[in-house]
Amino acid sequence: MLIIKNLHAGVEGKQILKGINLTVGAGEVHAIMGPNGSGKSSLASVLAGKENYDVTEGEVIFQGKNLLDMSPEVRAREGVFLAFQYPIEIPGVSNINFLKTALAEIRTYKGLPPLDAKEFLRQSKEKQKLVEFDAKLVNRSLNEGFSGGEKKRNEIFQLAMLEPALSILDETDSGLDIDALRIVSKGVNKLRSSNNAFIIITHYQRLLEYIVPDFVHVLYNGRIVKSGTKELALELEDKGYDWLKEEAHENAATI
Amino acid sequence: MTPQDIPLYEEVVNGFNRLSAADALGRESSDLRKTRQSAFERFRESGFPTIKNEDWKYTNIARWLKEEYALGGLPGGAAAGGADAKVMDENVRAAAERSRVAELDAYIVLLVNGVWQKDAGVGAVAGAIPAGVELLTVAEARQDPALSVYFERPTDGKERYFTALNTALFSDGLFIRVDASALPEKPLHIIHVFTGDRNLLVQPRHVWVVNRQAELKVIESVVTPAYAEASAGETGDGVAAGGNAKIWVNSLTEIIVHTDAKVDHTVIQTPGEGTRLVQHTTVRQKRQSLYNNYNFTFPGSDLVRNDLQIRLEEDHTETHLYGLYLAAGQQLVDNHTLVDHQKPACFSNELYKGVLLEQSTGVFNGKVYVHRDAQKTNAFQQNNNLVISKKATIDSKPELEIFADDVKCSHGSTVGQFSEEALFYLRARGIGEETAKGLLINAFAFDVTEKIKTPAVEAHVNQLINQHIPVSHA
Repeated sequence: MLIIKNLHAGVEGKQILKGINLTVGAGEVHAIMGPNGSGKSSLASVLAGKENYDVTEGEVIFQGKNLLDMSPEVRAREGVFLAFQYPIEIPGVSNINFLKTALAEIRTYKGLPPLDAKEFLRQSKEKQKLVEFDAKLVNRSLNEGFSGGEKKRNEIFQLAMLEPALSILDETDSGLDIDALRIVSKGVNKLRSSNNAFIIITHYQRLLEYIVPDFVHVLYNGRIVKSGTKELALELEDKGYDWLKEEAHENAATI
Repeated sequence: MTPQDIPLYEEVVNGFNRLSAADALGRESSDLRKTRQSAFERFRESGFPTIKNEDWKYTNIARWLKEEYALGGLPGGAAAGGADAKVMDENVRAAAERSRVAELDAYIVLLVNGVWQKDAGVGAVAGAIPAGVELLTVAEARQDPALSVYFERPTDGKERYFTALNTALFSDGLFIRVDASALPEKPLHIIHVFTGDRNLLVQPRHVWVVNRQAELKVIESVVTPAYAEASAGETGDGVAAGGNAKIWVNSLTEIIVHTDAKVDHTVIQTPGEGTRLVQHTTVRQKRQSLYNNYNFTFPGSDLVRNDLQIRLEEDHTETHLYGLYLAAGQQLVDNHTLVDHQKPACFSNELYKGVLLEQSTGVFNGKVYVHRDAQKTNAFQQNNNLVISKKATIDSKPELEIFADDVKCSHGSTVGQFSEEALFYLRARGIGEETAKGLLINAFAFDVTEKIKTPAVEAHVNQLINQHIPVSHA
């Protein structure tokens, strides 16, 4: 589904991603872990098409198409979804109108007729339930005055509505209490299928107890320095990141 | 540019002389004649404003004064060369029909170049004038000894430029009187259509008197015929009807809100290209009265200059001013507001928001003046601007002058661009850039539009916003 080859990217001349290689297949859940400043969120931003990042080298192929050539909205319509680490508050844009507009544009792009109001409402209700998202929030301004947990649940609610092929969850667990974490994880687990894939970016192993990954990658200094299965996450929890940093430096020295 | 270089200056001087000579003022009182004479003297001294005048510093009208205009609507038909000939036609009727607010049960008053078209058939379905409301033409009212006083108020000597010119030469407009304690069952929708088959200066004068404990709700639409054609789905902004004719509107409205009376006043300005709109409104509030003003300016007209002056002449009044200006093309939209706190314990709140597109220019000047006697004043003012194009500009100037010591006053002014983060968030959900910008403009405007109390009017304004959100922002 997603093939990232030797991806180099930076902001204002500063290199942040220094050669990422990653392949994600349909039905897979990949966790990307790593210390602060290793480039995790930058990777998410580059995949979603944030314009202040310059890709200097490498390529990203999504479902056979060159992702890097696409505008952010086209990526979303093709099926890439980024659950933001810090969802933006937009006063005056109602949550539900925003979703309706997004869904309509995605469906038009795919050559599908717009959902009728009744069907939209039905789906919206069903998906709200999935993430225990308060119905009152649906009609409010987008994220305005939402608590941290409500904002994150709103991200997963949107994910559920838009049904993307590839979802990137950027530190969705940060700032969540254990109950909210459970609700968000439950939602994600229900949405997992053999047709879609997830990249879960997290600093902590905790989220991975609820959303069990097929693969775990450790990002350090702009590169994936270690890949493994869910046991790697546990090892990181025990030993921290320092041993990996040392290993990475040794490797760099030998090259 | 000296007054002598301005063709319109010469035209109005000749016009006033004709007026004096032709005995065209009918049965107007001698006081009103004196008022006209002194206003004319002041105009002759001041001429048209230039950027050297503090109140017109950012609004240079010289480019429009190079054109020639004929005087429209002189009292007694003293206009030159039949300038008043053009009145109702199908375009005017269509413009009026299209200005109507869907789902709004209102009594429609159609004014063409300031003259009430009682039998135009527009809004005939709206039924009778609501009980408690009296409507007269200013042509009648100014000759009525009992009403003359509303036109002959001696000015404070500061009146000049456009207001002086209007006082010297006005002939018609709408006089509204609401009986004490009357609660009219429906609002008035006043549709002002301006049109000409040659360049014209039109100077309507309106007076509204809302008596004790009465309530009045008014929606005013300001349009030109071609605008309506543009809104019917044709591309681009319209030109004034009659081809390339330019219309200069110099309108003056005085609203008196008596003790315990309430006025809800919405103005929707959508005239087309070729229009220069100078609109002065003075509101005089008496004890415990409430006045709400909602002003919306949309792309089209070359120049819009609104002067909204609120005179709080007695205590315990309440005033809310909400404004939204959406400017595009080469348009210049200037909102000057004044809240004059003369007496104690009055409350005023003002929120104006602007969206500047393409090569447009916006000006906001909000003055709050708190007199020494006006203790316990609460006065708040906020102006926020969204500058969308690199070629658009805004000059925002809050002005607070406070001479009382026990007051609460605040003001704020911001100028910004689209939030890149908000834009990215919307696009990351599949929403195209233009649609996303449209959503953000709507969101920005929402703070103002949500204040409109009549849902049908709110929907109408939102529809106009959507209509004018541009396809290109270059």
